Amino acid sequence: MKYISYLTIGIFFGIIMYKSEAASWFRIYEMFQFGSFHMYGIIGSALVIGVIGVQIIKKYKIKAIGGNEMNLHPKTKSVARYLIGGIIFGLGWALAGACPGPMYVLVGAGYYSILVVIGGALLGTFVYGLVKNKLPH
Amino acid sequence: MNLLYDPWPWYVAGPLIALTMFVLLFIGKKFGMSSNLRTMCSIGGAGKYSDFFKFDWKSQRWNLVVVIGAIIGGFIASQFMSNNKVIINPDVAQQLTTDYGIESAGEAYLPTELFATENLSDPFVLAVLIIGGFLVGFGARYAGGCTSGHAISGLSNLQLPSLIAVIGFFIGGLVMIHLLFPLIFS
Repeated sequence: MKYISYLTIGIFFGIIMYKSEAASWFRIYEMFQFGSFHMYGIIGSALVIGVIGVQIIKKYKIKAIGGNEMNLHPKTKSVARYLIGGIIFGLGWALAGACPGPMYVLVGAGYYSILVVIGGALLGTFVYGLVKNKLPH
Repeated sequence: MNLLYDPWPWYVAGPLIALTMFVLLFIGKKFGMSSNLRTMCSIGGAGKYSDFFKFDWKSQRWNLVVVIGAIIGGFIASQFMSNNKVIINPDVAQQLTTDYGIESAGEAYLPTELFATENLSDPFVLAVLIIGGFLVGFGARYAGGCTSGHAISGLSNLQLPSLIAVIGFFIGGLVMIHLLFPLIFS
């Protein structure tokens, strides 16, 4: 039964990504060319609502279903891993024109070349696991 | 406008993404798509090569179900809710054509020059797709998250690490488009 809700959330998310064109290579390229407010508006408006909502959750100590704490743990402090990792991610995001959510959406939309990108992403994740201990974190 | 068929404007999509995050929080989970890549590596047996992949991946099955949903969502949206053509800023589209010979803006959802299945036999196209994916996968795990985990979830929770990561995303993206694209595509 729980899986039905995860599936529904995924379908909902997939439709949003596709319909907002956030899953389009062209929109990512246009964003980094500062050619349109569209992508900034999507991320920005999600963020404004997100910040307000999280503050409300914290202020009124709203619990998740079942009375559990919400999954809002602070992230471990570091600069190197977030900055270097972030830059590497950004290089790929702009080149492939897709981040890890939209990649799956595009499979469903029938752009099968994206499977090559997903294969590359799995390989990248695997290589990170191999060299993790040698990298500054 | 036709809300079902036309592209959704940012002020519809952004709030709906925030809603996705809150629903996941409310059911005790969190919004983060790139961790699925690690889960898939673990399922594929990567734990034999690195302890990074030795974790209780079964606790992450819910997120794989979200992925399956996202695939179905992509199918529904592309089949029934879209003409699958993305119209961008005409100046940017013109620049793509003039500088890089990418002429499919306004005609397709993804540039056919890079994503048409028949172009997979072109080693250049194959390299772009694999390297792009590799950088996304490696970078997301190194940074501990991607657009959903850092730019939406982390920043919503006012996490400084997420701000650093998102600044990194944009440095990387700007370097790729403005410095490396001219070298790669012309």
